[in-house]
Amino acid sequence: MALDHITSRAAGTDWSPSANGFSRRSFLQAGAAASGGLMLSLSLPFASGEAEAADALGFAPNAFIRIEGDGRIVLTMPYVEMGQGTYTSIPMLIAEELEVDLQQVQLEHAPPNEKLYGNPLIGGVQATGNSNAIRAAWQPLRQAGAIARTMLVSAAAKRWNVDPTSCRPQSGEVFHAPTGRRIKYGELAADAARLAVPENVALKQPKDFKVIGTPAKRLDAPAKVNGTAVYGIDARPPGVKVATLAQSPVFGGRVKYVDDAAAKAVKGVRQIVRLDDTVAVVADHMGAAKKGLAALVIEWDDGPHAKLGTDDILHELQRATQNPGAVAQNIGDTDKAMASADTTVEATYQVPFLAHATMEPMNCAVHVRKDGCEVWVGNQAIARAQATAAETAGLPLDKVVVHNHLLGGGFGRRLEIDGVTRAVQIAMQVDGPVKVVWTREEDIQHDMYRPYFFDRLSAGLDEKGMPVTWNHRLQARRSSHGGYLWHSTTVSTPIPPTARSTWSMHSRTCMSNMCRWNRRAFALPSGAASGRRTMSL
Amino acid sequence: MAYTIKVNGTAHNIDVDGDTPLLWVLRDLLGMTGTKFGCGMALCGACTVHVDGVASRSCITPVDSIGTSGITTIEAIGATAAGAKIQKAWLDREVVQCGYCQSGQIMSASALLASNPHPTDGDIDDAMSGNICRCGTYVRIREAIKQAAQSQGG
Repeated sequence: MALDHITSRAAGTDWSPSANGFSRRSFLQAGAAASGGLMLSLSLPFASGEAEAADALGFAPNAFIRIEGDGRIVLTMPYVEMGQGTYTSIPMLIAEELEVDLQQVQLEHAPPNEKLYGNPLIGGVQATGNSNAIRAAWQPLRQAGAIARTMLVSAAAKRWNVDPTSCRPQSGEVFHAPTGRRIKYGELAADAARLAVPENVALKQPKDFKVIGTPAKRLDAPAKVNGTAVYGIDARPPGVKVATLAQSPVFGGRVKYVDDAAAKAVKGVRQIVRLDDTVAVVADHMGAAKKGLAALVIEWDDGPHAKLGTDDILHELQRATQNPGAVAQNIGDTDKAMASADTTVEATYQVPFLAHATMEPMNCAVHVRKDGCEVWVGNQAIARAQATAAETAGLPLDKVVVHNHLLGGGFGRRLEIDGVTRAVQIAMQVDGPVKVVWTREEDIQHDMYRPYFFDRLSAGLDEKGMPVTWNHRLQARRSSHGGYLWHSTTVSTPIPPTARSTWSMHSRTCMSNMCRWNRRAFALPSGAASGRRTMSL
Repeated sequence: MAYTIKVNGTAHNIDVDGDTPLLWVLRDLLGMTGTKFGCGMALCGACTVHVDGVASRSCITPVDSIGTSGITTIEAIGATAAGAKIQKAWLDREVVQCGYCQSGQIMSASALLASNPHPTDGDIDDAMSGNICRCGTYVRIREAIKQAAQSQGG
């Protein structure tokens, strides 16, 4: 068990890796059957039309609470914990509405299933990112708690044959004040599971909040100070081998020649795996794998980017910002205002390619069998991890089980699934489970970098030195290999709101040939920061 | 080659090359995953353990250099007086975020407190400067070390 409050369910045999076919009703039935308790799924407004059509009740469940017969309250957690505290804040929402102590809520990592666990603020993608977990969960998770609470009260009232309004939920039990009777949630779970799920329930008023808004202690802290917290890199499926890898040092390059005689002679090295653009050393432990990697002689065909350097990219960006580009926003007549300005100033800014440098290097353990595949990883977009594993291994989605873990930092790096794809490619050539652990050098060199940004800003000033016009051109370049998962063509103005509200002036923002693959949060803030700096020139 | 190393009071027999870093023996062979891999070059401190009470980077500590020395890891540091105080202070001050570096932070801080019950800011900087935290928990780490030191009395 990773954390005291995290239960392990994915490893269980009664769990389906892909619950895509589950309806709310089947969840309720499955929950009641499996545990003799109440399993409650919640409906969310963002459920897809397809999902709704598939469900006789008219909506698809998204996430669920399970109350076991022994009183355990289990929250299947759609969001991942990477330091931001979501494993504490989301349970607070449930604890508040369910009227239980925060410590009573146990967590399970949600399995991949976008219909159930999609993030409504990221278009239904099952992802933790954009700093929006609480905003996304605020209404639906509280509603889940409130529905469960209402049903438990109803079950108690029915058993006592009293008016539900005379019953009060508190600290994990239902209390009947007129008679002093009380009964624990766990004892009511089986009864509650047989009740119809109410359509509308009242959420608590903020004035009545006891948990939300209080400085709760992090639930994941104890496991993180005594070494028992389990991150993806700590996964150790039975018989697992450890592999490390060298990917083409030039993006787009290929393996030309490998001499692995010395590597194979290293004690503990079991196998050398050769892919088109990668060589991996599989061993009994990472020490042997690293030693084997160092002993490999690899010749690379550097491919089409052999001569491409950072300076080339910079010059390309620089040149592009001197040309007109796609206009993101144009207010007034910038050209005219610039021509009639008393003085003009121009400044350029650059943000380099940045590696995310999570403390926990990239890693992923995979066991590919003929009829299925298991993946152990800490990832911000677990459904995408499942999808790439299935595609790479040539398996149906429902044959891929993904065990999500704590993340030793995310920062967006773990929204990417390149490490999962790579690990599956390697695992397909290995008999038994293999954990692919990237060295720190590999982790930095093969990051999915935040893009290089070049901003060129010019401003026209009047005779008093106040700005009358403003022109911002920016250009970005993604790293030259692979493709980001989420292509974005959204063009938005990087002009800081303060500038817009403070000065009414002619302005234009151009994105000349703006990198359409960019999706990094860093990008637009960099533009905004450049704008602010120019305003203060 | 076969080695016997003593980890948290228990002797373990292992058969690896002598230059194998202790980190991988702990994590991959003994299954003690509380000690973390961050860089493999003693640059980040995530792999810190105690060798006879001295904070050491296990990622560059060859197994053949250990001999009869006793290894203490995060899994057992709570059994030491300084380690228990540090862990408590870490919880009181809510230090952790992603937590990945914290095993190493706690091991460095525990070694500091065990050898220097009342560290100055300079002592803390010296002892902790080799431990990187990507979440930036440094301010609370310092507070927690001070709290732990005060809780020792005297």
